Amino acid sequence: MSGNQRPPMQTLSTRELVIDIPGRADGYPLDLAIKSGQVWGVLGPNGAGKTTLLHTLAGLRSPRAGALFLNDVPTAKLKRRALSQQLGLVFQDRQDGFPATVLETALIGRHPWLAPWQMEGADDLAMAERSLEALDVLHLKNRLVSTLSGGERQRVAIATLMTQSPHTWLLDEPTNHLDLHHQVAVMKLLTDRAAAGNAIFMCLHDLNLAARWCDHILLMYPNGETCWGPAERMLVPNALERLYNQQLATVEVDGAPFFVPKRD
Amino acid sequence: MIRPITLPLTVLAVAGLIAMVMSVGIGSVAIAPADVLLVFLGEGSNLHRTLILELRLPRTLSAFATGGLLAVAGALMQVLLRNPLADPYVLGLSGGAAVGALLAMLAGLGGAVISGSAFAGAMLATLMVFGLAHGTGSWTPSRLLLTGVVVAAGWGAVITLMLAISPARELPGMLYWLMGDVSYARAPWPGLGVLVLVCALVVPLGRSLNVLARGPMQAAALGISVRPLEWLIYILASLLTATAVTMAGSIGFVGLVVPHMLRLVLGNDQRLILPACALAGGTLLVLADTLARVVIAPEQLPVGVITALLGVPTFLYLLYRSR
Repeated sequence: MSGNQRPPMQTLSTRELVIDIPGRADGYPLDLAIKSGQVWGVLGPNGAGKTTLLHTLAGLRSPRAGALFLNDVPTAKLKRRALSQQLGLVFQDRQDGFPATVLETALIGRHPWLAPWQMEGADDLAMAERSLEALDVLHLKNRLVSTLSGGERQRVAIATLMTQSPHTWLLDEPTNHLDLHHQVAVMKLLTDRAAAGNAIFMCLHDLNLAARWCDHILLMYPNGETCWGPAERMLVPNALERLYNQQLATVEVDGAPFFVPKRD
Repeated sequence: MIRPITLPLTVLAVAGLIAMVMSVGIGSVAIAPADVLLVFLGEGSNLHRTLILELRLPRTLSAFATGGLLAVAGALMQVLLRNPLADPYVLGLSGGAAVGALLAMLAGLGGAVISGSAFAGAMLATLMVFGLAHGTGSWTPSRLLLTGVVVAAGWGAVITLMLAISPARELPGMLYWLMGDVSYARAPWPGLGVLVLVCALVVPLGRSLNVLARGPMQAAALGISVRPLEWLIYILASLLTATAVTMAGSIGFVGLVVPHMLRLVLGNDQRLILPACALAGGTLLVLADTLARVVIAPEQLPVGVITALLGVPTFLYLLYRSR
């Protein structure tokens, strides 16, 4: 499957899923269905479990209860390599132990698609370069990642996921460290991918980015309570004020609601 | 991971061959490189054949195997711990081996028993560090490194104690063993065999190791079963180190310096770095052993002294120059 072809329809779903947050006594079960073409935004205050949910969906953490399904096949039955061809994740924090260039970093996205003895070929290289170009970091391809700014690293990480080209993209605060222009460019890229048939599921801290670009919203309250659905039903001032424990003023810009925190 | 692989490996292989020809040519009876090549091709005079094939070549090949084993073990440990300071010696493996070897020497046992005892000591140290670092289940690189460092300090104390209570006539042999010495290594084939076998096993894993070097979470998200891979690397690195220590005592710095120097020049693609470590580590130890034989001839120095004296300044210089 290359980045240009239209991927087949796919649904990542959870059944009675309770994520495992240490110290949280009761969990509220999640029954999500993340489908091709959808752009999901996960909103919630610090410590609500957004990152834990993403890691659980990616199969990196065991849930406390419930199960995950990829097109009705339990993901527990899939090999890790097969799963990573369908599901990819951009982490919130990254560690670089050894020096690596931007191009090398993007190329590791091809790992799930190559046989153990296989070297990266011209196709893989072209894919990595296309992804770097889409994220506006191709000119940095020979630089060491450790010498980049936070925003540039963030874009390299998204380019790595694009090179991996899974069907479902999980992203943990993809607009972290990005300047205004690149925030919009990344959100546009993600919604374009969804229009091309991918599924996008991301944690966001910026309410207004979520209101502008997401068609589905999951709200995660600090006590573990959750609710989810189409964006216009979720993004109502009362629910958001309770979510963040913060009074909000709402205005309308370009036909989308715009939320501004009140001073007190 | 996008650099050509054949060229650097060919250069290193040729360098290794030149070092070996030089090494077997130098000694109390000097033999010209052309005559050495003649012997390799099955010709040459009887004296030369005996000198080279029976006396010098086994030692040179042993030195090559030991250096290769240590360098590959170091490279694997560094990826496993994602820490450039990791090295089989830092993790206390050589300490365990040394205690095993010295115990055998104290008991007045020789040859094969010392080797076997050293191997057992290295494997015991491996299991101890891994078991203790594993603890109640959380297994982190920093915890493994710390456990290794502390256990190594413990072995160091035991070694000092044994040296203090040993009869004086045993001391020179013990000290030579502790500083690393290939002059008694007469059977290079087991070491070379282990080196080739492990390289053949890990080079296909090279891309997985590249991904693992980015951290275990990223590796798992890219489809790697992290825990089994980490166990495999740890076991292989321990086996390599135990084999090297058994052959030639504890030789420091090769496992730390060689992978670093190669990474600075060749980048960090394990598919290239691991075989390059085998070749460059072997070459370095052949050269160091040749120096150890000739510097104060007819007396010999322990080769570990030479690797440290050469390795430390070279390493510091490269580190100072690097980006």
